[in-house]
This record gives sequence, C-alpha cells and structure tokens, in this order.
Amino acid sequence: MKRCAIVGIGGLGAPAAALLARTAAAALTLIDDDNVDLSNLPRQPLYGKSDIGRSKVEAAAARLRRHNPHLELRTHAERLTAASADRLLADADVLLDGTDNLDTKIHLNEIALRRHTPLVHAGVLGLDGQLMSILPGESACLRCLFVELPDGDELPTCQQAGILAPVVGAVGLAAAREALFMLRGTRPPLADRFAILDGRRLRWRALELHRRPQCPACGHLAIVDTHREDP
Amino acid sequence: MPVTVKVPTPLRKFTAGSESVEGEGASVGAVIDDLESGNAGIRERICDEQGKVRRFVNIYVNGEDIRFLQQLDTAVKDGDEIAIVPAIAGGSR
Repeated sequence: MKRCAIVGIGGLGAPAAALLARTAAAALTLIDDDNVDLSNLPRQPLYGKSDIGRSKVEAAAARLRRHNPHLELRTHAERLTAASADRLLADADVLLDGTDNLDTKIHLNEIALRRHTPLVHAGVLGLDGQLMSILPGESACLRCLFVELPDGDELPTCQQAGILAPVVGAVGLAAAREALFMLRGTRPPLADRFAILDGRRLRWRALELHRRPQCPACGHLAIVDTHREDP
Repeated sequence: MPVTVKVPTPLRKFTAGSESVEGEGASVGAVIDDLESGNAGIRERICDEQGKVRRFVNIYVNGEDIRFLQQLDTAVKDGDEIAIVPAIAGGSR
C-alpha cells in the first residue's frame, strides 16, 4: 500500500487526513510538533475539548483509528527539518503540505524535488485558498511560481488576516483529492495548474502554470514526461 | 469598460476590503499606476523599488502569466481581467 505523509495536522491537514483515512486509499504518516489548543477546535475536525494540550498527531491518530481500525498509521510529534526529512519521510509516496508558513512550504517543495516525491501544496489566508500539485521534473513547482521569498513581515499571517473554517476545510479536502490521484498513479488535475478558491463567492478558478527552465529549485531536473493519462 | 483587477486578501486593506476594483490604462503597469492613485500604497506591495513586479507576486491577464508576455508592458484592453496572485502561507494553526 502506498503511503501519504501529511505535514501539519491543522486546518488543512486534519480534514485531509480524515478523508484519506476513510477512503483507506493509503497508509498515513502524520507529522506535527504542535499540541491541540482551544483556538484550533472550530476548524480542525479531528480534535475535541478533551484533546486540549495533547499532541496533535496522537489525538488525530486516536480519532482516525476510531473511524478506521485497520488504518496503517505512523505519527511523528516533531517538526520537519532538513535534518529530519529523510527519516520522517522515508517511505512516503506522496506528500501533502498542511503547514502554515512560507519558509516551511518552500522547504517542503525542495524536499519533494530532492526525493522525487509528488507534493500537494496548499495555503489559505482570509477567504483565499491556493492549491497546486507538484510532480518533480514533470510539472511546475512552487518556486516556478514564486521565485523569491518575501521578508518575514511582507506577508500577513492568519492571525492578522484571519482564516475561516469552511474555507480552510474546503482547501484541505481538495488537497486530499489531489493526493488520491497521485496515490493511484494518475496525473492530478492540478499539475501545472494553480487553483485559487474565492471563499467569499465559493468559486474556484485555475491558472495555467509552466515549468520554468531557470527555476532556482527544479530547473536542474531533467524534464520528465510520463504520459500518464488523466482518469 | 475599464479593466477589472482581482485583489487578493493580503492587499484588500488598500482597497477598503474590495476583492475586485476597476482600473484604467493601456498596459498592466498603467493600470497599477491608476490603482495607486485611488488606493495609496498598493503599488509598493506589487512592485519593488526598481518598479519590477515583486517575485513572490504573480500577475495574470485573462489567465496568462505576464512573465511570459511583456511583463508590466503587457497590453490590456477594456473588459480584460487582471489577477494579482501573491504567495500565501496560512493553513495549519
């Protein structure tokens, strides 16, 4: 059975994990060094009041196993770093980004490229959601899209701009959908496409992407065309 | 009919919360200049000190990335839609 590693079991990662666990489509690895906080409960459906203070991955694992006792599940209550990546992601076939800062998202993009492991990238702020699938060497990566990183204070945080539970939940579920395509070995719909959710109008739109030969992250990778067919 | 500019959440503080505003101009750069006149401060969040589009911001005209067109000189006409797409990072906590 293939394995999906979900990095960040919060507003994005928790609904994605719940859906993937119920479909029994993959073994799961959950990675998060955070503990459950009261403020998480409105938008992170795997946790309840009795979980406050508990490790997120342990609380999530307990809930997921109640729904699917046969789920093959591994948990890591630690932060994904350059030093820990190979150990934590050892046999992951698909990565799903449920993290909440751009540095980590860029880092995860680089890990995916180095390991040639498909990655679902997701982000949410306010009423906006973003989603794309990255097939290393085959489709545009995050740095093809965003060449340079902003300084720390140039992007508003969720604390400043807010975040709405139904929006982040919708993006998390859509991210799981992309992961399911990858786990089946079929090209995900959002490879070379950047989907934006307008949470106010509840409308998705997608922009076409192109791999950039001079991309600082994936430009060195040979162009791969597996000719995988859309389902 | 002017050009419609889709404003992402991080820039809506410059447009009084509006998700979509209208601008005038024959190019993307001209439309951004026009936006600045009514929404002071928005240009510097889109462009750097040299006047180039910041590299963590992407601009699309009718779905086409202007980096693959003529950058800020990309021509626009009435009825076109400009989408400003910055990197966003939230989602976990």
